Amino acid sequence: MEKINFLLSMAEFNIPKTEEGFCRNFGQIKPLMNTTEAFYESSRCLFCYDAPCVKACPASIDIPLFIRQIHTNNIFGAAKTIYESNYLGNACGKVCPTEVLCEGVCVFKKQKIKSLEIGRLQTFATTTAIVHNKKLFAVSENKRAKVAVIGAGPAGIACACELRLHGYLVDIYEEKAQPSGLLIHGVAPYKIENLEITTEINYLQSIFGFTVHYNWPIKTKTDLQKLEKTYSAIFLGIGLGNTRSLNIRGEDLKNCIGATEFIEHLKLNRLTTGVGKKVVVLGGGNTAMDAASDAARMGAEAVILAYRGNKAEMKAYHFEYELAKNVGVKAIFNAIPLAITGNGQVSGVKFQKTQTQNGKLQPVAGSEFSIDCDMVIKATGQKKQSDFLKLIDNLKLDDLGRIVTQAENGQTTNPKYFAGGDARNGGTEVVNAAAEGKLAAKGIVDFLKEM
Amino acid sequence: MADLSINFAGIKAPNPFWLASGPPTNSGYQVMKAFDAGWGGAIWKTMGIPIINVSSRYGAVNYRDTRMAGFSNIELISDRPLKDNLNEFEEVKKHFPNHALIASLMVQSRKEWHQIVTDVQNAGADGLELNFGCPHGMCERGMGSAVGQEPEVLQTVTSWVMEAAKIPVIVKLTPNISDITEPAQAARRGGANAISLINTIQSLIGVDIDHFVTFPVVGTQSTHGGYCGPAVKPIALNMVKNCAKHPGVQLPISGIGGIENWRDAVEFILVGASSLQVCTSVMHYGFGIIRELKSGLECYMDEKGFKTIDEMVGKALPNITAWEHLNLEYKIVASISDEKCIGCQLCYIACEDGAHQAIELSADIQNRTPKINEGNCVGCNLCSLVCPVEGCITMIRKDDGSKTVTWHERTEAQNIPTTFDDTLAGGLAHHVPHPTEALKRRK
Ligand SMILES: Cc1cc2nc3c(=O)[nH]c(=O)nc-3n(C[C@H](O)[C@H](O)[C@H](O)COP(=O)(O)OP(=O)(O)OC[C@H]3O[C@@H](n4cnc5c(N)ncnc54)[C@H](O)[C@@H]3O)c2cc1C
Ligand SMILES: Cc1cc2nc3c(=O)[nH]c(=O)nc-3n(C[C@H](O)[C@H](O)[C@H](O)COP(=O)(O)O)c2cc1C
Ligand code: SF4
Repeated sequence: MEKINFLLSMAEFNIPKTEEGFCRNFGQIKPLMNTTEAFYESSRCLFCYDAPCVKACPASIDIPLFIRQIHTNNIFGAAKTIYESNYLGNACGKVCPTEVLCEGVCVFKKQKIKSLEIGRLQTFATTTAIVHNKKLFAVSENKRAKVAVIGAGPAGIACACELRLHGYLVDIYEEKAQPSGLLIHGVAPYKIENLEITTEINYLQSIFGFTVHYNWPIKTKTDLQKLEKTYSAIFLGIGLGNTRSLNIRGEDLKNCIGATEFIEHLKLNRLTTGVGKKVVVLGGGNTAMDAASDAARMGAEAVILAYRGNKAEMKAYHFEYELAKNVGVKAIFNAIPLAITGNGQVSGVKFQKTQTQNGKLQPVAGSEFSIDCDMVIKATGQKKQSDFLKLIDNLKLDDLGRIVTQAENGQTTNPKYFAGGDARNGGTEVVNAAAEGKLAAKGIVDFLKEM
Repeated sequence: MADLSINFAGIKAPNPFWLASGPPTNSGYQVMKAFDAGWGGAIWKTMGIPIINVSSRYGAVNYRDTRMAGFSNIELISDRPLKDNLNEFEEVKKHFPNHALIASLMVQSRKEWHQIVTDVQNAGADGLELNFGCPHGMCERGMGSAVGQEPEVLQTVTSWVMEAAKIPVIVKLTPNISDITEPAQAARRGGANAISLINTIQSLIGVDIDHFVTFPVVGTQSTHGGYCGPAVKPIALNMVKNCAKHPGVQLPISGIGGIENWRDAVEFILVGASSLQVCTSVMHYGFGIIRELKSGLECYMDEKGFKTIDEMVGKALPNITAWEHLNLEYKIVASISDEKCIGCQLCYIACEDGAHQAIELSADIQNRTPKINEGNCVGCNLCSLVCPVEGCITMIRKDDGSKTVTWHERTEAQNIPTTFDDTLAGGLAHHVPHPTEALKRRK
């Protein structure tokens, strides 16, 4: 069997030993703008009519308006415009894949002119409001009905804010010790700092006053029945589950880990997250790119990204792939993992080559090869939380395990339950979760009014 | 929350932002769309006598990458049939009874004025605006600025209108005059309830240097036009202030000229305007700019604690005085932030060649941050105006604020310089390099 050797190159990044070293390796790709930069950048906006950027934003933020507000030094007004559409406006400015959303459709691009840096302007305005602790919203008088939100991720937080705006009392039940779901536990550290995330959530909490019960998983039928009794409506913002299994030999070896688990450990522990010298990342989505970048920035000497299809079939955004390549990640295509080898501990991955025939990926007989490594990260998608969701009466899931809801209000097939975010859309972006959480809250408000 | 609603000389509106008479108010369709978008009022495109327009009507000053920093037109009043205008006027009023719908008018004889005033009143107008301002096309026929430039005539025509008017009358003034308070006072004498200003300024917007004709070109020829847009704001502000401060005027003022964002609006209010009119920036960006205007004004009022527009009107007026009353002891000097400076040295060359040689470069060519020579700095602001970095050059107060002396007081006390080498003269102690030093600076 052919054996492919990757030269152990001197790593571009040193293993971070200090907090400073970590920050150097994970430098922010969208740093905060200063006032001068914001002034010049905002001056470029054309204030397009029926602007394409607004249509491309899943939260439909009035982008030309907030940019004009920045330019006329009405920064709080700009922050309000943003938060009125997206309660996670600050985080989204940094973590949204703007290249394929708002910035990707900026009309300037048609003239080969750099598009407006919408994301960074958005974070500039909202950071100003947060730093000044500006109370941009006044919540309505308290209503009697109470709503439970399961999951303090972007969807749950956005839902809670909107419900509080209308005066409903909200209790969020969160399994973990910190809020924001995958923002803190998943999004790459070079996109956003954990402190930035918690600062925004604290700011929202100080304005809207929702309650979060941490370390409080809702797991059983009894848990659910209790909620159903106490609350007039329940929002499901539970996101997705752990990394899916590949069902190949050797997955239980030491140093073979799921990408979301690896990233979560890295995000929470930073310096004490071990990474192999030679790391193989399996997958071709954005999470695979993140995991590969993260491994390289943690000081791995070689990182190989192995994807089963060809480059065009890879789901990751082009810029995410570029980010990974820029930190030295090497990609190989048309390689399907057959087994992870090793004795107690990972020592390599056995692959077979593939090719696409009649639109289908086919293994090529006799093309097996192997790569030596001491760590394998599986970025092969997250499981759905179907087992838990099945405990809810009459809750319909679609073929892919996503919660079925009404498009206009997020209501599930059990009228008391509403849903939004990854659990509803199968896994997209923070901005979608925030928009869906808000939409569902509006649905809940209407539902409670009818009652 | 701030209350944006106004009562302007008896005309009520949900907010002070009105469309000025012009292309955006040419039809009921447009005005209705604007009200729906959030505008508080509109002055219908001037109605009057039959006219014919030319094709090619506008020109613009593009300043660097900024389009339409200034704008010019050679358009006349409405060319649509009066009957259509009146029908649509009525229709809009039916849908938006609480918005300010004002008819702009321009005719010639007393009889014509009486007739048209009656017509628009019947159509439900909330107020009248008399267009004594148009600087092209109409003045040749004895209307527009031909009236606005002759206070006597303006007063007479206004009084004709007042004979038939049952609703508030606003006189719109032309800026093409040396003292704006003259026609403003004439308006008051004629019985007007308010004034609005400015209309457009006579101008040539630019020259086509390949075809030897000015813009906008009609065939091979051109004519002067009316200037407006952001560039005219400073002129308009000054004229509004002059009217607001003049004891012989004392009429509510609708401020017009270059309003594009909330800051412009606040500035007009602070110098005495109690309603605002916008034309060019709507022609540039559409009715949607009202979102920025309203939100910005509201934020500002909340921030400053103003509850109503009335509380703000004229707030800056007491602080605007004649030069002779300015404090001669007040002294500021520039200060450059080492931390923020990016080393463009624009401040250096501006002061060196264009002001008072009060900025010095470091002897170390690696260090591009200039230094202020405080002894030479006269506190003119120039460097801080050319600096491209926000907050990098600030002006620092140097006197302790204990003394105030004005030219006026010194004149009264006969303590003013009378000869050029008088030690009392301002420039005497001021350092200038020897002329030949210039040649040593050759690069
Ligand atoms: C590695 C990775 C990188 C990503 N990078 C980006 C990025 O750069 N930009 C971007 O926009 N998006 C990114 N995403 C996607 C984004 O993070 C998600 O789309 C978004 O967080 C979904 O929000 P959510 O609220 O639906 O779910 P989650 O963020 O998953 O939040 C769900 C919350 O519910 C809690 N929970 C779950 N079950 C229960 C229960 N039974 N009881 C109590 N609590 C429960 C969880 O602990 C969690 O806090 C990334 C995702 C991953 C995995
Ligand atoms: C194309 C054009 C047509 C105009 N027509 C009229 C008019 O019919 N009657 C009038 O009173 N003013 C007219 N004006 C002047 C405007 O109402 C306004 O006074 C002037 O443009 C200054 O405001 P702005 O800087 O906001 O444009 C016109 C202006 C423009 C640009
Ligand atoms: S804006 Fe253009 S299309 Fe419209 S009337 Fe003027 S020249 Fe014609």
